[in-house]
Amino acid sequence: MPQQQEEGRVRRVRRATLWLLPWVVTGGLEITLAPSLAQDAIDASEKGIQRYRQMLKADPWSNPAMLDVDRGEALWKTPRGPKAVSLDGCDLGKGPGVVKGAFAELPRYFTDADRVMDAEARIVWCMEKLQGFERAALLKNPYPGGGRATKDIGALATYVAYESNGQKLMPTLDHPKEKEALALGEALFFRRGGPMDFACATCHADQGKRIRLQGLPPLSKPVEARKVVGEWPAYRVSSNHVMTMEHRIYDCFWQMRMPEVDLGSEVPVALTMYLVKTAEGGEINAPGLKR
Amino acid sequence: MPAFFLVALIIALLPAASASAQSPVIDSARMQTAVKQSWTQAPPEWQTRLTQDETMAACSQYRNNPPRVVAQTIVAREKASIKYPADGKLIGDWKKGQKLAQSGYGGRFTDYPPRTENGGNCYACHQLSGGELSFGTLGPSLLEYGKSRKFSEADVKAVYDRIYNPQAVVACASMPRLGANGHLSIEQIKDLVAYVMSSDSPVNK
Ligand code: HEC
Ligand code: HEC
Repeated sequence: MPQQQEEGRVRRVRRATLWLLPWVVTGGLEITLAPSLAQDAIDASEKGIQRYRQMLKADPWSNPAMLDVDRGEALWKTPRGPKAVSLDGCDLGKGPGVVKGAFAELPRYFTDADRVMDAEARIVWCMEKLQGFERAALLKNPYPGGGRATKDIGALATYVAYESNGQKLMPTLDHPKEKEALALGEALFFRRGGPMDFACATCHADQGKRIRLQGLPPLSKPVEARKVVGEWPAYRVSSNHVMTMEHRIYDCFWQMRMPEVDLGSEVPVALTMYLVKTAEGGEINAPGLKR
Repeated sequence: MPAFFLVALIIALLPAASASAQSPVIDSARMQTAVKQSWTQAPPEWQTRLTQDETMAACSQYRNNPPRVVAQTIVAREKASIKYPADGKLIGDWKKGQKLAQSGYGGRFTDYPPRTENGGNCYACHQLSGGELSFGTLGPSLLEYGKSRKFSEADVKAVYDRIYNPQAVVACASMPRLGANGHLSIEQIKDLVAYVMSSDSPVNK
């Protein structure tokens, strides 16, 4: 559609001013902190993010993550892969090609795959089954290093999430496998493991805790989960790229000293189901912006 | 008679019917299957990280709030894991301890091959020296910990035990079992004890 292309061009132009963002938000945090400045630094960082969020409200296109919404949209609509087809035939749960509103009901059960999938898992499925990409290649090193743009799956997921903006997280949970995914996700949230004995709950169950200076949202509490879960995928300022929810979870497993969890596998999907169900009714505001 | 059977049948079916309406129960075997299938690319030497020991399994099952008998079993088992220095000296070098308390290095998949020794990462969760304000709050403040305990020998041992294996003190404690899990050596733990418990350490100034 010409109008969409036009919009895309406008977005691309505004991006040029965004390179200053890391400075605005992180302030002095990356430097070793003089003791008396630590609390100030937390406040400054929070204020930076707050200020930036206000800018985003006034002008949503100023989020660098919009770059990946654009890229994801192009990737979705362009014929690609060995079969040279677009993803317009991809069924995200609301019928082939329906992207609007689909993210609000993910993760969900898909009959063709006979399993519960989140956005990333479903995108991989469609890239494999429709476009003919090799699954193993898609799943190898799926996340970018710091400063590098999110990979194709991440850009596609960002586009898909963006198309549900303003809607509420509303997992359907009609199918027994959806109910099982939720129960599994909850159990996994409290499962301790690895050489640090960490569970997600170690860091994300209690109010007002932090690791060093980083605040830890209590994700098992609906009020708190509703504030943050709908912001993913999000542009993460400290690593200069968009991270999907699965990438965020992968990063937390890194902190837990666990090996690299497979993208789209049962554990991150079940955890996402638990997070989304806990945040049910929270508004989708993606891509968000994180520290 | 048929009426009696009917009632009996209904009663017999009731619990099953209500159970199936509840959310499915996930036991540790079900979780383990999911975990195995979600880490297919983990190298062989990482496989042990995918399984739980008895303590982890019990703490997960009871969400860190185990019934008394289970808690007692955990504390007894974890106590038995603690190894002490051959010479019995529990206090090392606080300066080395300070570095270890600051360092979160070690055990992450980006930390291999090791470039330096593992850290204790105490500041991630605790306030220690008054001079360091970049500290976490998952654990209690340890500011002036040794001083407030008059540097007593009993407390020196208690801190050694706590770092080696906090679950020898409190079942299902959130603090990692840094010694028992092999993340820190006896020497490193001694240095950390010195950082928390010696009178010349900045923690107690
Ligand atoms: C050792 C501590 C730790 C553990 C364990 C941990 N996380 Fe995190 N998590 C963090 C930190 C720190 C952040 C925030 C990082 C930042 O500020 O950039 C975070 C952020 C998150 C976020 C984003 C929250 C937001 O603000 O939007 C999600 C979602 C999340 N974690 C999920 C999980 C899940 C699921 C698990 C278990 C698989 C887990 N975490 C385990 C430390 C942890
Ligand atoms: C992931 C968080 C975490 C890390 C890392 C951690 N601790 Fe703790 N620590 C705790 C918590 C939480 C408690 C309270 C009891 C519990 O739940 O384990 C605690 C308790 C303690 C106590 C007992 C405090 C009291 O009330 O008497 C000492 C001493 C202690 N930690 C020292 C250390 C030292 C030294 C290190 C680093 C080698 C360390 N901790 C690393 C979380 C942590």
